[in-house]
Amino acid sequence: MSKPLAVKASYPPGDFAIWIIIYVELLTFALLFAGYAFSRRSDIEMFNASQLLLDQTSGFINTLLLITSSYFVVKAVQSIKNMTAESTKESSLAASRWLLSALVLAGGFLVVKLLDFVHVFGQGITLSTNKFFMFYIILTVFHFMHVLLGSFILFVIYQKTKAQGYTQNDHKGMETGASYWHMVDLLWIVLFPLIYIIR
Amino acid sequence: MKYSSQMAAKPYFIFALILLAGEILFGLLMAIQYLYGDFLFPLIPFNVLRMVHTNLLIVLLLFGFMGATYYLIPEETETELWSPKLAIVTFWVFAAAGVATILGYLFVPYAELTELTFNNLLPTMGREFLEQPLPTKLGIVLVVVSYILNVIMTVLKGRKTVITTVLITGLVGLAVFFLFAFYVPDNLILDKFLWWFTVHLWVEATWELILGAILAFVLIKVTGVDREHIDKWLYLIIAMTMLSGILGTGHHFFYMGAPEYWLWIGSIASAVEPLPFFLMILFAYTMTRERKIQHGNKIALTWAKGTAVMAFLGAGVWGFIHTLAPVNMFTHGTQLTAAHGHLSFYGAYIMIIFTMVSYAMPILRGRPQGNSQKAQNLELASFWMMNIGMMGLTLALSAAGIVQIMDQRVGTELIGFMESQESIAGIYMIRAGFGLLVFVGLITYFASFFVKEEAGQTVGYNA
Repeated sequence: MSKPLAVKASYPPGDFAIWIIIYVELLTFALLFAGYAFSRRSDIEMFNASQLLLDQTSGFINTLLLITSSYFVVKAVQSIKNMTAESTKESSLAASRWLLSALVLAGGFLVVKLLDFVHVFGQGITLSTNKFFMFYIILTVFHFMHVLLGSFILFVIYQKTKAQGYTQNDHKGMETGASYWHMVDLLWIVLFPLIYIIR
Repeated sequence: MKYSSQMAAKPYFIFALILLAGEILFGLLMAIQYLYGDFLFPLIPFNVLRMVHTNLLIVLLLFGFMGATYYLIPEETETELWSPKLAIVTFWVFAAAGVATILGYLFVPYAELTELTFNNLLPTMGREFLEQPLPTKLGIVLVVVSYILNVIMTVLKGRKTVITTVLITGLVGLAVFFLFAFYVPDNLILDKFLWWFTVHLWVEATWELILGAILAFVLIKVTGVDREHIDKWLYLIIAMTMLSGILGTGHHFFYMGAPEYWLWIGSIASAVEPLPFFLMILFAYTMTRERKIQHGNKIALTWAKGTAVMAFLGAGVWGFIHTLAPVNMFTHGTQLTAAHGHLSFYGAYIMIIFTMVSYAMPILRGRPQGNSQKAQNLELASFWMMNIGMMGLTLALSAAGIVQIMDQRVGTELIGFMESQESIAGIYMIRAGFGLLVFVGLITYFASFFVKEEAGQTVGYNA
């Protein structure tokens, strides 16, 4: 194996602007999570009873889908980072395959979540049903929109990767998108146990 | 000046500044009425003064935005304005309609004005900030549509930049959200709910795009920093502004009959709203630090930095003070709201117009490197007078608001409105004093335009 060309990995990865966005997003979700926790304390029974109406299995499947998809994105970035002068084509192809797989799983998340929404809204539940469902809807719909945006970003990166647009020394755009995708994943990892599991 | 059609901006700037003088003057009259209730009675009652004060603000900002746009669009697109003639015609139409409306407010009782202006055909009058008679509202639509047409046609034939894209998005949003001014539902809650679509989504979403675009333009011109660098900041700021601003509309839906979830959505989204303003400060100061040229017009850069700082204070900090639902339950509709209103409109919008005028006017008057040092020094004095005046006025109003809240909303021993107002009289006196300082500052600003140019040198003040 020939030696990689890159000398030093930059930190934080990706464009600095994405980190501002990520911190603002984390802050916003943190406020919502804290709001949920405080509201729950004042009416634990209602929160627990409402939680039983959610489908934990679909939530669990979605967790697996997102974590795996994030892993695939890591593999894609790695493929580009390990690229050598001779392997531009193969590395790009491998990376684009990883990204495509990540996209398929993201699509899977969206489908499962939509079915979940159909199930919940089908029971006549709205934002005004009770405070638990208010938080459930605000948090999951908000997160759903992030998955949609993240998928779009992944798609753009996928296109560019396929066209061999990233090199070992120039893949900031890819790392930017990957960082965003990991944030979407991270948010779900907090959201899922908080809303679906913890009693 | 690179393009002769940029000249169209000049009358807009001048008229905007004249209206600003009127706005402050009427504000001062009201400040006196707070102290002496029967001042000017029965000639001009408080409600009429207030209406004139706020309507002048809205109209002057529209004039300012239009002037700024007509100045920057030819330079951004690298082509002459599609129709400079249309820009001038709409100026006169808008100016005439604006003056007629203000005179109508002042000399015709409002109820009679509604009858005279066909309000019975389509009732739209009587709502705060949207008091304009139907013909004026239709006039605004016509003027704004022709203005947007002019801008879009110019952009289509010329270079497209991030600044033009952001600006047009803001302008189209401005036009679309004004349409809610024409719909007045019978249900009072729905009425208020939709009224905010115009009022809030103007000032906390679409206008901020216009502000961002103008600020970016001036920064590129006076710092010489690469466009790509500025574009990224602009995108970041406006994306954050739009998301937090649109959901932040929820902070107007507290305790008014709208569903409870707005308490949460409104509080959390508005907690994020100050962040893009903070980024704007970083933006302005970073660009200044990384500047590649020393532009002779130093005062324009001072205004640009000032805009970022005062917008953050007025819109960001003073907004956040009372935006969380549990706090807002106590503070709603007090002088604290007025404090926020004054500093945010001044910091974000009046100051960006000063920024643009201070940058563009010297060029329009044949001084590409800005006014003479003497003129810039005088302008700097006006900058500080107006900023200190507005800051003092805001602090006084905040103090008044806090007293009002303690008097009337906290605890069980509450007193009536008039009694509470009397206890604030001293603070109102201070407020009036700072208001006067703002007015003197504005007069000084005007005076800086008339400082005689000394032979052939323009260097800017020593900052």
